[in-house]
Amino acid sequence: MNGADAIIKCLEAEKVDVVFGYPGVAICPFYNSILESDIRTILIRTEQNAAHAASGVSRLTGRPGVCAVTSGPGATNVITGIATAFADSIPLICITGQVDSSLLGSDVFQEADITGAVESFVKYSYLVKDVNDIPRIFKEAFHIANTGRKGPVLIDVPIDVQNAQIKQFKYPETISMRTYKPTVKGNAAQIKKVARELAKAKKPIICAGGGVILSEAEDELRMFAEKHGIPVVSTMMGIGSMPTRHPLYFGMVGNNGKAYANRAMNESDLLIMVGARVADRAVSQPDLITRDKVLVHIDVDPAEIGKNAGPTIPLVGDADNIFLDLMKEDFNCEAEELVETLNGYRDTMEKKRTPNPEFVDPAAFITRLSEKMQDNGVYVADVGQNQIWSCGYHVVKNGKFMTSGGMGTMGYSIPAAMGAKVAAPDRQVIAVCGDGSFQMSMMELATMQQHNVPVKIVVLKNNYLGMVRQYQHFTYKDNYSVVDLSGSPDLEKLSAAYGIDFLRLYDMEKCDEVIDAFLKEDKSMILECIIDPMDLV
Amino acid sequence: MQKKVFQIFVENTSGVLSRISGLFSRRGYNIESITAGGCEEPGFSRVTIVASGDDESLEQIEKQLAKLVDVRSIKVLAPGESVYREIVLIKVKADASVRQNVISLADVFRAKIIDVSVESLIIELTGDQGKIDAFVALLEGFEIVEIARTGIVGLGRGIN
Repeated sequence: MNGADAIIKCLEAEKVDVVFGYPGVAICPFYNSILESDIRTILIRTEQNAAHAASGVSRLTGRPGVCAVTSGPGATNVITGIATAFADSIPLICITGQVDSSLLGSDVFQEADITGAVESFVKYSYLVKDVNDIPRIFKEAFHIANTGRKGPVLIDVPIDVQNAQIKQFKYPETISMRTYKPTVKGNAAQIKKVARELAKAKKPIICAGGGVILSEAEDELRMFAEKHGIPVVSTMMGIGSMPTRHPLYFGMVGNNGKAYANRAMNESDLLIMVGARVADRAVSQPDLITRDKVLVHIDVDPAEIGKNAGPTIPLVGDADNIFLDLMKEDFNCEAEELVETLNGYRDTMEKKRTPNPEFVDPAAFITRLSEKMQDNGVYVADVGQNQIWSCGYHVVKNGKFMTSGGMGTMGYSIPAAMGAKVAAPDRQVIAVCGDGSFQMSMMELATMQQHNVPVKIVVLKNNYLGMVRQYQHFTYKDNYSVVDLSGSPDLEKLSAAYGIDFLRLYDMEKCDEVIDAFLKEDKSMILECIIDPMDLV
Repeated sequence: MQKKVFQIFVENTSGVLSRISGLFSRRGYNIESITAGGCEEPGFSRVTIVASGDDESLEQIEKQLAKLVDVRSIKVLAPGESVYREIVLIKVKADASVRQNVISLADVFRAKIIDVSVESLIIELTGDQGKIDAFVALLEGFEIVEIARTGIVGLGRGIN
C-alpha cells in the first residue's frame, strides 16, 4: 500500500462520499488510487470551485467536504475557495499534491509554497513528510476541521510521499492531540447567570449567527425561543436558523438587513448573540448592542467574544449544548408584549419597494420562488444585489439557505449548489446569482452535465455589476466605472450549447407559470430574469 | 500602550513559529521581542513574547494565540510574580586609553568581558530589561559599535 492508497483509506474511514478536484502530475497517485474506491470523483472546471463545491457538501452533511487539486497553480487557484470557507467557518479538507519532497524549496515546475500561502486562511495545515504519518494526520485534520470553531484544513502531500510504501496502515480510532482541546460545554455558573438575567428582562432578543447552523442547533434555538416566547433575529449567516415566517422570527440584522430587525436588537434590554462574530456588516455600531442592555455572547471561539463588543456575560461553548442547558433552567420570561411591539415595527417599517412593471421585480420573484420551492429545498445565494434581495425576500421553510457571507465571494452559488445537490440528491437545489456572478462560475455548467448534477440556476440579469453600480450611484454620483457587463453571452444559446433547458422571464405577468415550469422536473435548468438595471436593493 | 509578557507552551511542529509571528503581523499587533527554545518536555518549546498594545488588543493577542492549534497553553507573566532575563552582547570601541574605564563599568553591573581586541571589547550582560537599558545608557559615553539582545525569557515564581 502506498501513500495515495492510504489517503483513500483515510477518506473512506471518514465516510467521504465525494471528492471534487482537478488533477495534475503531483496529485496523480491520489487520483490513480481513488479509482479502486467507491468514492465519487467530480472533475470541476477550475480549482476555486472545487473548494466551493466541497463547502456545499459540508453545509448539507455537517461533515467536512473534500477537494483534491494538484501543486502550483492548482493549489494557488483553490485559495479563494479556502478563504471563503474560512470566513464562514465551513469545515473542509483540501488535499494538494506537491512536488517531490527532495525538490521542495528549489522553485521547480509547478512548485508553490501552499502551506505558507494559506496560513492566514486555514484553521490548520500539514505538509506530509513521512508516508507513515498519513493516518494520524488525516485523523487529526478531520477532527480539527469539524470541531470547535470549524474551518478548512489543508494537507499538502509531495508526490514521493504519495508513492512511498507505508509500513502498516492503521486508522487511529481516537485523537491524541496534546494541544488542541476546544471548549464545547458552557460554564454552568454562566448559564445560571443568563437564566437569572432573562427572568428580569422585559425585552429579550436572540440574534442567531451562522454558528447556530454549524452546530446544528436550529431545533434547540427554536424550542428555546418558543418555550420562553423570545423573539429571534439573525445575521446573514444565521438565515435559516429559524423558519422565515415563524411568529418569533424578525429578519436579518445589519446594514443590508431589515430596519425593524436592527431596531428590535438595539432596543432590547437583553441580547443573546449566539454564534455570530458581531462583524461590521451585521453590527455597524457595536456600542448600540452594549449600551443599556445585558449582552450575552455565546460562541465556541473564545476569541470572538469581546473582539468587537464587550459582553456582560461571556459564554464559551457549542450553541447546541448551551441551548439544551438553558432549557433545563427554570425561569419565566415575559416577552409577549415585546412580540406585539415588534410585529408593529415590522408592519410599519418594512421597506416599500416601487418596482418597475416592465421588468421582473427580484424581491417579489424571490418570494414567489421560495414559496413554491420544496419545504426542504436548498437555496444558494451568490454575491451582489442578488444576495441582498435573497436575504431580504427568500422564505426559508424547512430548508437551507447558503451564501458566502464573510468573504463575499462572487461565483460561490453554482459550485456550492452542485456540492449540495451531490450530497443531497433528493432535495431541490437552486442557485440564484446575478449576471456577473454567473459568469464567474459558468464553466461549471459542463461539470453539472458531465456528472449529472441537476442544479437549477436563476440568473438575475441587469447587464451590470449591480452592487458596485449601486455603490457608484450613491458614492460617485452615477460616475460608473467598469461595471457595464456588455458582451455577456446570450444565455439561451449558452444553455443550448451545454444541453441545458432554458427559460426566460421578462416581467411579473407570467411569474408563477414560469416558476412552475422551472421547478417541475428534477433536472438542470437556467432561468433568466430580466430585471431593471437601475434597481436598488 | 502597555506591555505584557506572554509565555506560550507550543508543540514543535513545522511552521509553528511562522504561525505565531504571522498572527502578529496579520492582525497588526506589536511585538517587541520573541524568543523560543526547548523546555522540560520533549517535543515542546517555550516561547516568550513581549507585546504592546491597549487592553483590548492585548486581550485579543492572548485569545488568538491560545486559539492556534499548536499552542497547548498560554500564560501572562505578570511583573511581580515572575522573573525575566535577557542577555545582551555589546561591542564597544575601547583602545588602551579607555579600556580600563569600560571594564570598571562592566564590573559594577557584573557584566563579563568575553572578547578583547586591540580596539574593542565585547561585553556580555544578563539581567532584566531595566538593568540592560541602564547599562547601555551608561555605555553611551563610549563608542558603541554593535548591540545584540536576545529578547527576554521568563518564568513565573514558585510552583503554579
